[in-house]
Amino acid sequence: MTEAEEHWDLEIKPTSSLFDLKLKDVWHYRDLLLLLVRRDFVSFYKQTVLGPIWFFVQPIITILVYNLIFSNLAGIKTDSIPGPVFYLAGTIIWNYFAECLTKTSTVFKDNSAMLGKVYFPRLIMPLSIVLSNLVRFGVQFILFILLIGYYLIAGYPIAPNAYLLLFPLLIIIIAALGLGCGMIISAVTTKYRDLSFVVSFGVPLLMYTTTVIYPLSEVVKKYSSYSWLIKYNPLTAIIEAFRYGFLGKGSFSWDLLLYSAIFTIVILLTGIVVFNKVEKTFVDTI
Amino acid sequence: MGKAIKVENLSKAYQLGDFGTGTISRDLERYWARIRGKEDPFLKIGETNDRTAQGTSDVVWSLKDINFEIEQGDAVGIIGRNGAGKSTLLKILSRVTSPTTGSVKIKGRIASLLEVGTGFHPELTGRENIFLNGAILGMRKAEIKRKFDEIVAFAGVERYIDTPVKRYSSGMYVRLAFAVAAHLESEILIVDEVLAVGDAEFQKKCLGKMGDISKGEGRTVLFVSHNMDAVATLTSKSIYLSNGQLKLYDTTPATIRNYLTSAVREQGIYTAHPRSDRPNITRVEVKVSEINGTHLNGEDLYINIDVNMPLIVEGMALSLQILNENDIPVIYTYVFDVEQPILRKTGINSMQCIIPNCKLYANIYYLIVHLAETKGRTKFEQIERICEFEVSMPNKIIEWGWQKNVCVYTENFLWKKLSDSNI
Repeated sequence: MTEAEEHWDLEIKPTSSLFDLKLKDVWHYRDLLLLLVRRDFVSFYKQTVLGPIWFFVQPIITILVYNLIFSNLAGIKTDSIPGPVFYLAGTIIWNYFAECLTKTSTVFKDNSAMLGKVYFPRLIMPLSIVLSNLVRFGVQFILFILLIGYYLIAGYPIAPNAYLLLFPLLIIIIAALGLGCGMIISAVTTKYRDLSFVVSFGVPLLMYTTTVIYPLSEVVKKYSSYSWLIKYNPLTAIIEAFRYGFLGKGSFSWDLLLYSAIFTIVILLTGIVVFNKVEKTFVDTI
Repeated sequence: MGKAIKVENLSKAYQLGDFGTGTISRDLERYWARIRGKEDPFLKIGETNDRTAQGTSDVVWSLKDINFEIEQGDAVGIIGRNGAGKSTLLKILSRVTSPTTGSVKIKGRIASLLEVGTGFHPELTGRENIFLNGAILGMRKAEIKRKFDEIVAFAGVERYIDTPVKRYSSGMYVRLAFAVAAHLESEILIVDEVLAVGDAEFQKKCLGKMGDISKGEGRTVLFVSHNMDAVATLTSKSIYLSNGQLKLYDTTPATIRNYLTSAVREQGIYTAHPRSDRPNITRVEVKVSEINGTHLNGEDLYINIDVNMPLIVEGMALSLQILNENDIPVIYTYVFDVEQPILRKTGINSMQCIIPNCKLYANIYYLIVHLAETKGRTKFEQIERICEFEVSMPNKIIEWGWQKNVCVYTENFLWKKLSDSNI
């Protein structure tokens, strides 16, 4: 037997390269990815009377409350866009990001029972989270389109334009940003749980640092010296571009969008590296 | 035939103790040592995984320098005591965790069954769970579809296939889960004690299926179990792990014999620090009849128990159970203060329980000790699974005579010949 030339399909070693994503493995497990997404979607409304309608209830109530408090009570301007559709644009984008981030950040902890018993490419788990939430986002997006239709027919000053073609790109950036941040946090929290506390109260607060409940133009007008803080939140450019494309109002800027994209790529790459490093031995520490 | 698995110098270290404050500084220290190319300061060499001995560092080697090769089509059993490193080895082979050093080379698809029903979602129906679980185990959707009817028939749950599995009986649940796993198509199958589930009839069916897989279909099987009968029926070769080291890799009968008669027994003495707030057991020792830690059936067995009393408590009660390897309690005995004054002084009180002519049958036994107080019915302590010891029969012949698990206790008996003319 020629020992040296023997062919092995798989070699298990202590370490491997940082960027080895095992994408071939992920591709092999693509059915699992889809089944996990389906599981999340189906188990969400099992044994409920209203079923998938629950996907609409949360955003509707949220925008009604926002409209009442921020628009009517606090009198924050909305770029002359009707309140509900203005808030809905911000919330669905923000929710998608926040859900991707928080769910990914606890992915090891939530699935430790399963991950401790069976091997499959760990990347499948965060990817399934991003896709599951994309389904939710899609459902809420339908609500958004319906609302735009209503306001267009009613003759409100909203003007969808060619910039809405950027929509797929925006979604990719949000998903990648949420995924990247989540993976970094998940990697750290397997050993040090501290960060998960920061996430649980920090993420809702973070919403106020981006333009979900107010337009960028208002910030620039009122606090011009601090507006950079809001501007350099990578989500601001996305939400503003999204509003500009679908509603025709907002502060669109190629520069800021490019900044967001680069920021996202850096975060995503960092996330992948740390996730890769942690996934191999997290079972021992979690 | 070629090799299916080749394990070279495989080691795995675990860190003992709690993670928490102080881990960051320790991690930084390790990281710093690594970039300077020095040896990891926390992985000191030379400590074996002996859980009864107090080690000097808080890193323990669960596996140490394991080397073996498995030929294609072999069925290999892995045996050893609890904590010998069996599960760690399986976890590394199934890629759930990585080794600390060394490597494993594998030829062909590998599927592992460390648990049945991993990823089952209670809200989903049987049908949906078959697909999900199959996918988790690495099957493609088309593959599951092709085998779907076979899986359902094997599990015997046709009527319930569109009912959420949370409404299944636990037996049905396990049957369905095993059925999915049994229909995996992989060249190498790794199985951890999944046979310890379900009723006897289903267990037999599982064993049959496992036998088909290894013998009929010519696949490589690695099988971990405490059930020596199952190992003996299913495998031809076995690996005996002891304290993280490979002790023997030989034919299954030879390995099992070595395992069962292994002379070096762990010194089963339980110790604990005395508490200042409440009574506790500080030491338990089983005094066996032979020097190497085995007890001979029919000899007196002594159990010494030290109890620390920080203050006087009236109505103390001390009891103990002796359980065998199959978790069956064989002996129970107690002593109550109300019947016979015990534990009446502060500080350490030493007690001894004597079982004259103890006739426990050949097996491995351990103790559960209870410490309580009868007036207020407070239970102070229940110490589980301590002081393991082995009982062997006098004039022991392994293959013949005293077979394993034929009973749990023997009695005095006499055989005599009745006169032939009486018939």
